[in-house]
Amino acid sequence: MRADLLIIKDWIENGSRVLDLGCGDGSFLALLKQEKNIFDCGLDLDPDNIQKCLEAGVNVIEQDLDKGLPNFSDASFDTVLLTQTLQAVNRPDLLIEEMLRVGKNCIITFPNFAYWRYRYQLVSTGRMPVARDIPYQWYDTPNIHFCTIRDFDALCTEHYFKVLNRRVVDDKHKHSSLMNLWPNFFGINAIYQITR
Amino acid sequence: MALDIPQDSVGIVNPECIHFDEALTLRSGKVIDSYELMIETYGELNADRSNAVLICHALSGDHHAAGYHDTGDKDEKPGWWDNCIGPGKAIDTRRFFVVCLNNLGGCAGSTGPKSINPATGKPFGPDFPIVTVRDWVNSQARLADRLEIKQWAAVIGGSLGGMQVLRWAISYPQRLRHAVVIAAAPKLSAQNIAFNEVARQSITSDPDFHQGRYYEHGTYPKKGLTLARMIGHITYLSEHALRGKFGKDSLKGANFGRDLRSGKLNFEFGVDFQVESYLQYKGESFSSNFDANTYLLITKTLDYFDPAVDYDGDLSRAFSEGNCKFLVISFSSDWRFPPERSREIVNTLLQAKRQVSYLEVESDGGHDAFLLNDPRYIKGLSAYLSVVAEECEQSAGGIHAS
Repeated sequence: MRADLLIIKDWIENGSRVLDLGCGDGSFLALLKQEKNIFDCGLDLDPDNIQKCLEAGVNVIEQDLDKGLPNFSDASFDTVLLTQTLQAVNRPDLLIEEMLRVGKNCIITFPNFAYWRYRYQLVSTGRMPVARDIPYQWYDTPNIHFCTIRDFDALCTEHYFKVLNRRVVDDKHKHSSLMNLWPNFFGINAIYQITR
Repeated sequence: MALDIPQDSVGIVNPECIHFDEALTLRSGKVIDSYELMIETYGELNADRSNAVLICHALSGDHHAAGYHDTGDKDEKPGWWDNCIGPGKAIDTRRFFVVCLNNLGGCAGSTGPKSINPATGKPFGPDFPIVTVRDWVNSQARLADRLEIKQWAAVIGGSLGGMQVLRWAISYPQRLRHAVVIAAAPKLSAQNIAFNEVARQSITSDPDFHQGRYYEHGTYPKKGLTLARMIGHITYLSEHALRGKFGKDSLKGANFGRDLRSGKLNFEFGVDFQVESYLQYKGESFSSNFDANTYLLITKTLDYFDPAVDYDGDLSRAFSEGNCKFLVISFSSDWRFPPERSREIVNTLLQAKRQVSYLEVESDGGHDAFLLNDPRYIKGLSAYLSVVAEECEQSAGGIHAS
């Protein structure tokens, strides 16, 4: 289980309705079903992922996130999840607007591009950073909208998104006092729970 | 010469005719006093009778979905969905008790236009009442009662079969746990109805139709039914599939499927291209095995299907009761019921806050893809039904333990 998901699990209420955008192999929804008795619904586009969801007995709908969520009605879910996918969608701002329309709250996790090692790679080598959490080359990466924690905070302010919870963690998803002091410099992954 | 039966076949199967004496009131208001349904079953019902699966057939299907009838013909073809039903197949007969029937109004042994009307001693012909999907499902529920199946583990169907599955979830929401709806639509479009009307016109304008009483004239509207099927067949295939059928080598489809039958143009109004003789062959072989009145009736059944009419056009309200889960599957090249029609079903179910999974399979097979062996489709269906089978096995295990 990816460590960001273990943190998120605690933020999800028992018996709630959870929509997972880019649900992958469905293992997280399966865990939430088992431990939190949620109503599960996952969206994905990858045939292999969809197959794994079916094998796990997770509800999965083949749907392109870049086309929004027009088939979901307002406030029809308690929580809408978007984990490590924000940077791969066409218009993250519009998708978050859609998530907040469909869900009472949203949980979003993303890699912090301002992490000091990435900054150092860019400055010292003059090339786009490649690391464990961002393993692609600039030309083949699905990640087309990298942002930093400070960028995301600014987006929340501009769009009046209210931050309910925020955790900034390293690659083992441990938290440290350095990250508390300078999250945008020491944090590798950011986990936000937001609402309107 | 003996029939060569593959290992993963259900083997030789025996259809069974079940008689119902209770009158069935149809949506039209007409009443069928008594009727017979032909059925086939495969696999074993488990101890708590929880592993039963109902297969609903499409326009030209019947109760013979899998296995062989041992007709003595060494080239005998298995049932129409044999690639999906059998030991170890997607609908695994080692785990499920599978029931398939010929619907009311059909021509494969169930009561229909070909049957003798007890009131006249002659075949019903055009006097057989038009039955709707709802009427079919009502008759299927009585069949379930007869088989002492309180709740289906799953009801499964493609095309018109998928519409019966939707109707099951609406009419009998407590009597199924899973609904598998393949290559279907929540109702026909004007274009779909238009194709059906051309098919009907071609049958009824055949001089051998005799207002539907052709049995009494010892004939049948062969030309009309052939033409109807030819039109239908075109709509079941994608353009790509048609192109690919009439090319000889690896350049399949490169000539847009324009291969000539005799290698040259004849400059006559007869057959020039292979596609023409192929369609005629398909139409003719169908017409000698299917009843024209049943064809007329079932095209009407399709046209009339629109479960939203009882809910002021809001189909999501039709699904407000019950908690069966849904699997919806569509095929990219299906232009009869294209993926957007399946997405309509999915979106309706989401509005109704129902549990639904949706697969959009990339396939060249057209509408008929639901009967073919596309690997992703078969894998997805197998995975879903394997979870259904596990649920049955757990509940049956619970009964043994108690």
